[in-house]
Amino acid sequence: MSEAATSAGTPLVFVEDVHTYYGKSHILHGVTLQVAPGEVVGLLGRNGVGKSTTLKTIMGLVLPSQGKVMLEGAPITGLAPHRLARLGIGYVPEDRRIFRALTVMENLRTGLDRAGVTEEKRKALLDKAFSYFPRLAERRSQAGGTLSGGEQQMLAIARAMMLEPKIILLDEPTEGLMPRMVSQISQIIDVLHKEGVAILLVEQNVPLTLAASQRIYIMEKGVVRHHCAASEIRVDDPLIKQYLGV
Amino acid sequence: MQPVVQFFQSFPLDLLLIQTVNGIVTGLILALVASGLTLIFGIMDVVNFAHGELFMMGAYLGVVVLATTGNFWLALVIAVLMVAILGAALQILTLRPLIGRDPLNTILATFGISLILQNFALWEFGPVSRKIEEPIGTYFTLFYLQYPWYRIVIAVLSVAMIGGFWLFLKYSKFGIWIRATTQDRVMAEAMGIPVGWVYTGVFALGAAMAGASGVLFGPLGSINHTMGLDWVLKAFIVVVVGGMGNLGGSVAAAIFISLLEAYASIWVSPSQAVIVSFVVLILTLLFRPTGLFVATPK
Amino acid sequence: MSRHDKIYWSGFCVVMAVLIAAPLILPIFWAKFLTEILIWGLLAMSSDLLIGYTGMVSFGHSAFFGLGMYGAAGALLHTSPPNLWLAILAGLAGAAGAALFVAYFSTRLRDIYFAITTLIFSQIFYVIIFTWTAVTGGENGLIFTRPHFSIPFLYDVRFTTTTMHWFVLALVAGSYLLLRRITRSPFGMVLQSIRENEARTRAIGYPVQRYKIVSVMLSGIFAGLAGVLYGVQNEFAAPDFVFFVTSGDTVIFNVLGGIGTLVGPIVGAGFFQLLRELLSRIFGDQFPYLIPLGVVFIMMIIFLPQGLLGFAKRWLNR
Repeated sequence: MSEAATSAGTPLVFVEDVHTYYGKSHILHGVTLQVAPGEVVGLLGRNGVGKSTTLKTIMGLVLPSQGKVMLEGAPITGLAPHRLARLGIGYVPEDRRIFRALTVMENLRTGLDRAGVTEEKRKALLDKAFSYFPRLAERRSQAGGTLSGGEQQMLAIARAMMLEPKIILLDEPTEGLMPRMVSQISQIIDVLHKEGVAILLVEQNVPLTLAASQRIYIMEKGVVRHHCAASEIRVDDPLIKQYLGV
Repeated sequence: MQPVVQFFQSFPLDLLLIQTVNGIVTGLILALVASGLTLIFGIMDVVNFAHGELFMMGAYLGVVVLATTGNFWLALVIAVLMVAILGAALQILTLRPLIGRDPLNTILATFGISLILQNFALWEFGPVSRKIEEPIGTYFTLFYLQYPWYRIVIAVLSVAMIGGFWLFLKYSKFGIWIRATTQDRVMAEAMGIPVGWVYTGVFALGAAMAGASGVLFGPLGSINHTMGLDWVLKAFIVVVVGGMGNLGGSVAAAIFISLLEAYASIWVSPSQAVIVSFVVLILTLLFRPTGLFVATPK
Repeated sequence: MSRHDKIYWSGFCVVMAVLIAAPLILPIFWAKFLTEILIWGLLAMSSDLLIGYTGMVSFGHSAFFGLGMYGAAGALLHTSPPNLWLAILAGLAGAAGAALFVAYFSTRLRDIYFAITTLIFSQIFYVIIFTWTAVTGGENGLIFTRPHFSIPFLYDVRFTTTTMHWFVLALVAGSYLLLRRITRSPFGMVLQSIRENEARTRAIGYPVQRYKIVSVMLSGIFAGLAGVLYGVQNEFAAPDFVFFVTSGDTVIFNVLGGIGTLVGPIVGAGFFQLLRELLSRIFGDQFPYLIPLGVVFIMMIIFLPQGLLGFAKRWLNR
């Protein structure tokens, strides 16, 4: 296992030896990983190895039975999700989960209506979202449930951006999307990276992940099996074949 | 021809007129009570058996504040605030520990609350009924009758509150929070919405509506510790007849039932007139169980 | 017989022995008090069939109780000499009729709305009884004399406090054994399955609504029996008993004692009555005993949802 070249200094998010159960099922068997400020980190692995559960544990949606999660050096294990959202963690779940009966605008407002956001900042954030996602601007008064799959994914990401997060947890954003939308997702990740937002990207799409990330982790059966810089590994690497079974 | 003429001559037309207006006034108050009930049930999945007692507490607090300050409007505002705080406290103490449990538990818990509140009122205020004096003593001429202004004011206030509440739900930040939480509690929390407090707020809001109804009803009838039961029963009937979760339906049902009862009390005693609402419920359950005022039965 | 059964039945015999001996030892007030606890216990037990075993909270038991009472009263007032067995029959018939009526409408709705509609229907009965003065005596109720215990042509004797107690005890114990049998029968198993997961039970193919209706009717009949006994014990029938408060009290007994235990509600009834008696003796008649009791009630729901006896549930009734 090659040692990943991690950046010096306190990691933005540090997951240490986390064990998580769903009822009696032991899903995470001691996961350790970290994300540096502004870094894009990919999390690869087959279905069911615990990638989504790792994200949920960081987001406080699931309580680990063991281990710690730290944000900027401070422990956040067990804090309520709404606290974490305010501390700067944005979450874009698998299957998007936008508020279907709320309009696009109202969906964005769930992240926008925070304390300490001035009128100018509001306008700036909205303008930025609509410039990245012009389709959303067109549909701003439409109910979320009437949007197409790709548009809902855009909305889910835009909504998280309204929180001005330090890190966005992205769970399989390209799942079920057309190739054109997939490349749009790729661009968004790049743009967010340039803005200094860290991203923990869970994906099945290996080429996209390797292209977008600085470092990657590969998980199997609830633990991290391999981590390295994205530049150190290629799509046809035997490790990829071994752990992702492609 | 003659018997027909005689029938119409003996028909209590003036009574009918008064009762129509009375029915609408009471109906609007009932609509306000039922809205609070639907709100709490629709968003928190809690059947608030204590809703009638919150109504009753609003009325009594109105009496107390009125006695102290002499001002009806102040009484309205303060009583509503106090009931809202009471509602929030009750939710935090007794309902929060029960989140996630079988709905049976919350029915029983709110029943327990109603017991406590009822007996507290009995103990504190005694068994003799109280009354809130009319805030406006003037009358106006309705066709050829004298009708009190304050009843119209009460009706207008009820409409204003229901309308305000609807607008709040649709456009305000907290309204969005409430709707987001109802649709997807987990995601709402992930967006930074403090879901636990949203629930407390919703309960407090529902309580406030019940409390406001109590004060508004004050001048119309007598206030005693058992009044809650009648109102909560009718409110539940309204919710079922109007279509569960249907705000517009509840308002229509509330007015419909109150009108029928008002007409019935021309001929029978008020305690028998309540059978009207029961009959409406039975008919609804038999023929249109999704609600009388729902557009098409699903 | 397994060891478990042996312990159960010996426990049962001990309790029965104590209850049989009680009126011989206790002063009259307490003997009657105990008899009333048994009657309330029977009412609560009938409600447990619905709440504890079928998973349906009913706030309508006051109607069944009241109709049992009034049915008995009717029979006792209109036959000469007043016949005990006719009274029981009439009371049970009245309660069963009410139960059928209520069941038909309320079982159509989901659990929460079931509770509300049972409440509403019991209030309908209250209003009818309260206002139909000609038949029911209206506000004042009906007064009648206690019938003799008679087996035609063989035996005829007046009830004493003690023999009344034994009669009630016999019927309550019999009801308990019968209900126990019912809850452990295949029928009872289906009820419990409805409580656990109604949709699944329906999916398997059981006519859930029919089971619910039968459950409500059985519950209503036993509640009616309690009403008959109360009437016979106290020699009057009053509309107060049809009022919602009786239903509410019943649910309290259930929660205090432990739902789903059959015996628990009887214990709950006893606990409640004793507490009330105690509080009124210490603090006087006017003391709003329901306030601390309400607090205890809520705390039990939160912290001890199985009730006083709940933890022994699996053990006692297995």
